[in-house]
Formats: sequence, C-alpha cells, structure tokens
Amino acid sequence: MRFPRLALLSLLLMLTACASEQNDPYPKAERGKNILYSAFTDRPKHLDPVQSYSEDEITFTAQIYEPPLQYHYLKRPYTLIPATSESVPVPRYYDAEGRELPADAPAAEIARSVYDIRIRPGIRYQPHPAFATDGKGQPVYGDLDAGKLHGIDAIADFAVTGSRELVADDYIYQIKRLAHPRLHSPIFSMMGERIIGLRELGSTLREADRELPPGAWLDLDRFSLAGVSRLDRYTYRIELRGKYPQFPYWLAMPFFAPVPREVDRFYSMPGMAEKNLTLDWYPVGTGPFMLTRNDPNSRMVLERNPNFHGETYPCVGEPGDAAAGLLDDCGKALPFIDKAVFSREKEAIPYWNKFLQGYYDASGISSDSFDQAVRLGVGGDVRLTDEMREKGIRLLTSVRPSVFYMGFNMLDPVVGGLSEQATKLRQALSIAIDQEEFISIFMNGRGIAATSPLPPGIFGYLEGEAGSNPVVYDWVDGRPRRKSIEEAKKLLAEAGWPNGRNARTGEPLVLNLDTTSGGMGEKSRLDWLTRQFAKLDIQLVVRSTDFNRFQEKIRKGAVQLYYLGWNADYPDPENFLFLLDGTDGKVAVGGENASNYVNPEYDRLFERMKNMESDGPRGAERLAIIREAIALLQHDAPWIFGFHPKSYTLGHSWLHNRKSTDVGNNILKYQRIDVAGRERLRQQWNEPVLWPLLAAVLLLVAVILPAAVGYRRRERGTAR
Amino acid sequence: MLAYLVRRLLYALPILIGVNVITFALFFVVNTPDDMARMQLGVKRVTPEAIDKWKAQRGYDKPLFINDAASGSAVFTDTIFFSKSARMFAGDFGRAEDGRDIAREITSRMGPSLAIALPTFVLGLLVTVSFALMLTFFRASYLDFWGVVLCVAMMSISGLFYIIGGQFLISKLWKLVPISGYGSGLDAWKFVILPVLIGVISGIGSSTRWYRTIFLEEISRDYVRTARAKGLSELVVLFRHVLRNAMIPILTGVVVVIPLLFMGSLLTESFFGIPGLGSYTIDAINAQDFAVVRAMVFIGSVLYIVGLILTDLSYTFVDPRIRFN
Repeated sequence: MRFPRLALLSLLLMLTACASEQNDPYPKAERGKNILYSAFTDRPKHLDPVQSYSEDEITFTAQIYEPPLQYHYLKRPYTLIPATSESVPVPRYYDAEGRELPADAPAAEIARSVYDIRIRPGIRYQPHPAFATDGKGQPVYGDLDAGKLHGIDAIADFAVTGSRELVADDYIYQIKRLAHPRLHSPIFSMMGERIIGLRELGSTLREADRELPPGAWLDLDRFSLAGVSRLDRYTYRIELRGKYPQFPYWLAMPFFAPVPREVDRFYSMPGMAEKNLTLDWYPVGTGPFMLTRNDPNSRMVLERNPNFHGETYPCVGEPGDAAAGLLDDCGKALPFIDKAVFSREKEAIPYWNKFLQGYYDASGISSDSFDQAVRLGVGGDVRLTDEMREKGIRLLTSVRPSVFYMGFNMLDPVVGGLSEQATKLRQALSIAIDQEEFISIFMNGRGIAATSPLPPGIFGYLEGEAGSNPVVYDWVDGRPRRKSIEEAKKLLAEAGWPNGRNARTGEPLVLNLDTTSGGMGEKSRLDWLTRQFAKLDIQLVVRSTDFNRFQEKIRKGAVQLYYLGWNADYPDPENFLFLLDGTDGKVAVGGENASNYVNPEYDRLFERMKNMESDGPRGAERLAIIREAIALLQHDAPWIFGFHPKSYTLGHSWLHNRKSTDVGNNILKYQRIDVAGRERLRQQWNEPVLWPLLAAVLLLVAVILPAAVGYRRRERGTAR
Repeated sequence: MLAYLVRRLLYALPILIGVNVITFALFFVVNTPDDMARMQLGVKRVTPEAIDKWKAQRGYDKPLFINDAASGSAVFTDTIFFSKSARMFAGDFGRAEDGRDIAREITSRMGPSLAIALPTFVLGLLVTVSFALMLTFFRASYLDFWGVVLCVAMMSISGLFYIIGGQFLISKLWKLVPISGYGSGLDAWKFVILPVLIGVISGIGSSTRWYRTIFLEEISRDYVRTARAKGLSELVVLFRHVLRNAMIPILTGVVVVIPLLFMGSLLTESFFGIPGLGSYTIDAINAQDFAVVRAMVFIGSVLYIVGLILTDLSYTFVDPRIRFN
C-alpha cells in the first residue's frame, strides 16, 4: 500500500501547486508590481545610438537616450517638441560671404544653415560606473584591465556607480562619433554631405586610428569638428552646408543623442569588449528608463531611471483624444510604470496566446490570429470579435508612414523610359493590377491602396478626388473607381502591344518580376499577380531569388519589375519623394531611386520642394509643388503604387494612454497600467484545469494494470 | 587504449579541416562579403564606402582562399579562409558580426539547451526502453499489436504538431504551465516541463520500434532460453540478460548523441523561447553571421567526433571481449 499512498500524496501536492496561475511566465515576486510586459521578435543588434537604425532596436534606445527633440505623443500631424532642449531650434541662414539671410531666402543663396541648440540645465545621467569618482574626483574605474575585471560579467557587477549633469559637450562628442572609423553609422555618408567638416573628420580619424594599437581608445575630444561647436556649458551649434529643413527631424533620433566622453573611455578599457561590456550592449542615457538586463536572446528589462529629469503627460492632442481618455492623465508626472519587461517571442502562436492569457499588455495581430481577433464588415469597417470584446480588449489602428510598390526599371528597353509607348504600357499595368483586391485577399484589409508615394499623415497627402490617381481611377459618386480593364487594354494597344502582342512582330509580351521568396502564402500571391497580368494577355515570369541576389540585381539594374517598400525616417514628404529623385539613381550613383527614374521636370520640382518648410508662409506653395510632382509620377508611372499598410494593435483594458504612433518611439513613458485590474483578470483567465492530470494518471493506470495482470498471469501460467 | 585515442584524435584533424572547408565554401557560394556587410549595416542609406569599411574592419576584404597579391606563405595565410578558420583550432571563436564574443555566448546558452535536452534524452531513453521491453514481453499479443500501431501512428506525426498541440492543450486550454519562455535557476522548471514532455512523447514512436526490434532479436537466443530454464522471472530475464546483451546497438545510437545535446534543438528552442544554442544557430543563419555559423558547425563536428569515440569506448564496458587495437 506504500506506493499508492505515495502516488496519491504526490498527486495532491501537484494539484495544490496548480492552485492558481501556474502558466504565469514571470517570477512570483513580480506579481502586483507596476510593470509593463511586452515582447520582441528579432534580437536587437546595436544599442549604440551611432549605429542603431532598426525598429527592433529603437524600441529600447528611444526609452534610454534623449536626443534634443522628440515628437508630441498625441498631436497629429506629427509635431516636434523639445526633449532635452529648451526649444525647437530655428535655423539661421548665411550666404557664401557670411551675411545673414532672411528665413525665406531662396535655397540657392543659402551657403550655411546654423542651428543653436540649448539644453536644459540640471538633467542627469542614469547611475553608471563610468561616472563613479573617488574623493579626489578621479574616476573609480579609470584603469581597468582584464585582471581587474575578474568576477565582473555585467554592468550591474560594478560596485560603485555615479552620475553627472548632461552638458553640450556630450552631444558634440556623439556627433563626432558618427565619423568614428571603427563604428559604422548608417547616416555618416549622408550627414557627411550636410554637417560641415564631418567628412573631413572621418578622414582625420581614420588616419589617427591607424597609428593606434588595435582596440585602443580614440579620444574624439582631441579632434575638432568644424561644423559643430560649444557655445557654453549648455549650448552647442551645428552648421550645415546649404539649407536642409529636414534636419530637425534627425535631431529627434538617437543618432543625435548625447554620449559622454567618460562613457566612451570606460567601454574602451582593455578586457571590456571581451566581456561584451560595450556601449552597443549597455547603453547610458538620461531618458526615463535604463536597461538593467540585456539578454537579447531571452529578456530585456528597462527600469525607471532614478535620475530622470521629469516630464509631464501632455494636455493637448488631436480631436477625439479626450473622448478616448487619452487626456485623462494631463499634467501628471512621467513615467507611469516602474519597469518594462520585454520577452523574446520568435513564434507568433505563443506570443498571441500569452497575450490572450494577459501576460502581455499589448499585441499586434498576425495573419493566423486575425479571424480570431477582428471581423471585417461589409463596408470594410473593422470591429473586434465577441471573444476580444468580452475580454475588454481594445483595438488601435493607424496607417503606417510606409509605402509598398511594384517598381519598373526605367532603364529597361521594354518597360522603361519616358516615351509615350512605354508610359502607356506602365499605365495599363497600373490599372490592371487591382490593389484593392490584393489588400482584401492577402492583407485582411489591413492597408489602403496608394495613389502616390505619400501615405496619409504626411504633408502633401490629399483625401478625396484631389488625392486620387486620375490615370488609374475615375471619380464616380464621390468615390474612386478603378478604370476598366478595357481602358487598360486600349492603353496597351496604343503602347504597341495589342492583345499583349507586339504590333509589328506578333511576339507575346513577356515581363519578368524579380522578387524575394516570401515564405508561406507567396505562391498564392504570385499566382494572383500572374492572373492580373493575364487580364491584359501579358505573360508574367516570376524570378524568385534570395534577398542578397535581389539587392544585387537592383543595384545593377538587372530587373524589369520588382517589389519594394519604404518606411519613413521622418514625417516629411521629402523622405518619400526622394525615392524617385533622378540624381539619386540606384545604377548611376548607388542611391535610393531603385527605379532609376529620371525626369528633369520632376527633379526640378523635387529640388524646390525639399528645401521648403511645410508650415509657415510657403506651406501652400510647397503643397502645390508636391501635387505637381505627384501628378508627374502618376502620369509617368515609374511605380505601380501598391498600398500603405495599416497597423492593428490590441491592448488590454488595463493598459492606458496607448496611441498608435509610427514615428515617435519614446512611448513607454506615457503608458499606464491598472495593476490591480490586471491581476484580477489574469487570475480569472488562468484558473488551471486539473482534470486532465487526473485523467492522465487514470490512463496510465489503465495501461499499466492490464500489463501487470498479464505479466502475473504469464508468470504463474504453465509452460506451453 | 591511449594509443587508440591518440590515433582517433589525429584522424579527427583532417575531418575538421574538411568540414571547415566545406562550410566555408558553401557559405560563400551563397553569400558574398558584400552581402554580409549589407545584412549587418541594413539596406537603408548604405553606401559602397560603408560596405568597404565594414569589410576591411572585419578582414573580409581579403581573397577567399588564395591571395595572388601576397608572397610566400601569405598566399594562403592572408586570406579570409585562413584568418577566420585557423584560430578556431586553438579554441578561439572570435566575435560574432554584431560584436559579441562567441565563446561567452556559447557558454551562457549551453545551460538552457542542456536543461531541455538532457532530461528529454534521459527520460526518453527510460520510457522508450521500458515500453519496448514491455512490448517484447507481450510479443505477438494484442497489447504488442496495438502498441506497434500506436508507435507507427506517433512516428508518422510531425514534430511541429506535437509542439503546437502540446502548447494548445497543456498551456492554452488547461493552463498548467507557461506556453513559452525561460527562467534562470529553480525558476526554470516550469518552462522545462512542457518541452521535455513533448520531446519525450514525440520520440516514443520511432525509438520504441527500434528497441523492440533489437530486443525481439535477442529474446529468441539460446542464452535467454537457458535463463528461463534456470527459473528466472521474465522481468529478470528482460532487464538483466536481454537488455544487457542488446546494449551494443543501443549504445551505437545513444552515446553518439550525448555530446550533441549541448547543441540544443532548433525547433523546440524556437517555439518555446528557450535561449539555447539551437536558437543561436538559427538566428546566425538568418542574420548571415558567418562567424557564428562557422563556430557552431565546428563545435558540432567536434562533438560528433567525441560522440563516436565515446561510443567506441562504451563498447568495452558492455562487452569485455572488445579490445582496441
């Protein structure tokens, strides 16, 4: 009887242990704490602000580093406001002789733009060993080496930390780091064209680095940067070549966040890199949060920076924000949460299920879960399913500042060039490919058909008939209606390809589409696309390849048609329209114009537009130029405008102040959690179901018992 | 035995060099150093100068195998292959393309991989051997028939189905353990249960059938009849005589995989969010991180060779007649 008793006891113990929330993936000590739980899919590669450029990384860096500017959390269109600076800097312009010019001076006359940025005094860095000093003001960790680092494997292992005030020199030091020969800043080349002296500093630093032993610290304070100077302890000046009205947007990115010299020095000491103790993995900032655990394979933890200078929740937003409760916390001190835990979820299914169990506070919606979460109405209206509504889950949607398109290689002899025939061929294809159908079938309606490169929310995007593409749509009964396939066929015939055959030779029109293999669903997407071309009796040959080969083909101009997309760096039309700037052709200069589209008239308009501000007296003029440029693109059709994706985010009822934002990334400080509400619902949703345990035991008994009986019978039976 | 071991280890050297050459060639057939640079630097605003700088800094600006511009031994040593591969034989794996030290990364990820792989291996072995012995005992009965049917059914189901089904039933529906994740120290147990359970169950079908075949072959031998004739119970006959004599084929399949347990499981770790070496390898392949791919392939090869040597050694323990010559 001893065994059954023991088994019974074990079972009871197991059942007791399963009393509540056994599926909670977080430590028990965290229950009831003011912690936000989120997830990330791809591990961040760089957390050094000079290198970090991807969405996976900015989720973290934007909460830690503070560039001088930031975006207003609630206002739309996106508006720049000060972060650490006292105000948004207003540029002053000078001509080649150094004479100051008025703000509305023609761009051609402007030789230099000067931005003076004054930061607020009293801002302090997070506690960090790099700032630790002894009684004499000397750094505690000033002469580390591999031996002294014995037993230290993480920043938290350093016994002493310190802090200091943020000063203008820290911003200057970081701008110099853009030119650091051992770092690979993605914006160095671009900023080298803009910031006076940056390119030259890059060459000087390369030379200096060659003379140093490998890995030795390159003290950037030894080198001057002509276009960046310190005016006083809290003010610095940046001088740019010519006029660049988009520059303030860059001042809201981590590239222009401060990096103190002593931090750079600290991480450059011998033995640090071997232990992965680098700025790339242990960022140091003045922001509301600091990274206290960096395990990009499993979990990243941000905790409240005790030295955060303080900020308050905004009191104004866009219409509808008050009704949505987004102004309820007006004037309250930020941040609201004490900690944010980001767990790595590589697969969509566990991510989604943990969100439904309440272990993530917000989630996107993968294609697999779309039907479970959202229902599309006949009129395209979106609403949550009953299951989601019962859980109190809220849906946030927004159109992302992105554009996806099918580009034509304008260097191609068949589809390229600005001849009337080639243009009509491209226009015919623009009509034939039904983007609305694509969005409905393959994106669950999560997107809007594009009529130009500009997505909604970007200056220059127009609603209604004014924003429609007259080459592709007719405006009927107050709505755009895609032109008929007959009209497309007519254009095709005029292009010299009646019924998809060469008017002279009778040869069929065969077009090649280069694309990267897109995983599941790719075949059906390509089949659909082939059918769209077949509507015009055009044969489509799909050349799927890996990403590297695809990029190489684009670079060499060895494509006819291709698929690409673009996510905005900043909310300005220049950041989209430059993708078709003739002076930035992919084949000619390795630029971003992958279609190699060159239209001198468009280039002229783009050149004028990019040097203008959207607000102010010349806003209307800028808008008119943008409309003119877009009309040219719609006519020339170097792209078949695809779609602007919509982002769908689900948030639990206990998560407050969540607003979709695709440009400003420092959103964590605005999030508030109703911790008690979360605990209550989590408990309610995660009561363990215990009968399967009992059933498993019974099943085991049901298997073992007959076997045991059979064994005994055989052992006692007589030989046969 | 020592001479045998030394000889086997010497044989391993050309194998490892060969594996290195093949890995290197395969990787660079698909990826060029330019591709690697673009992958690391991103596709936005990347200039040819930035790519050249990246390659030069990491030594990818050299020729792949032969440096015609060099003289003397530098023709072979001043190449990407030599500079990247030679130091691995000294145990220096260098840095991943994102700058992290590979050896440290491997050390920290070995624990989570082992936490899943080791219990799955041990429990799986116990369960499948016991189940196979039971089927052998009840051979030619209904229990044996339905047991084999069950095994065939189980081995016909994809491993992914076990994972998704297990997560759905045990974590989502019954809420007994977390769906995914990992904790350090004692906190790890609740994350380990489900992947281990699924690992054991998914392996029952094929392993049981394999062991059952081995045991059935043994059970008809003369020494088994002799043991029974001596009056030993069937349990003793099975566990003491049949199992021991069936050890050679079992060890052949089992011991060789023991060192490879360190390498983790690609699928399980990915689905359960285990930060082990399996997911490290997958991440490296996706990121075209040649340094990590090369290191993992190298370690895998070394461990496989160690596994084979251990297998040979284990034969002498179960069969004293075997001697190394």
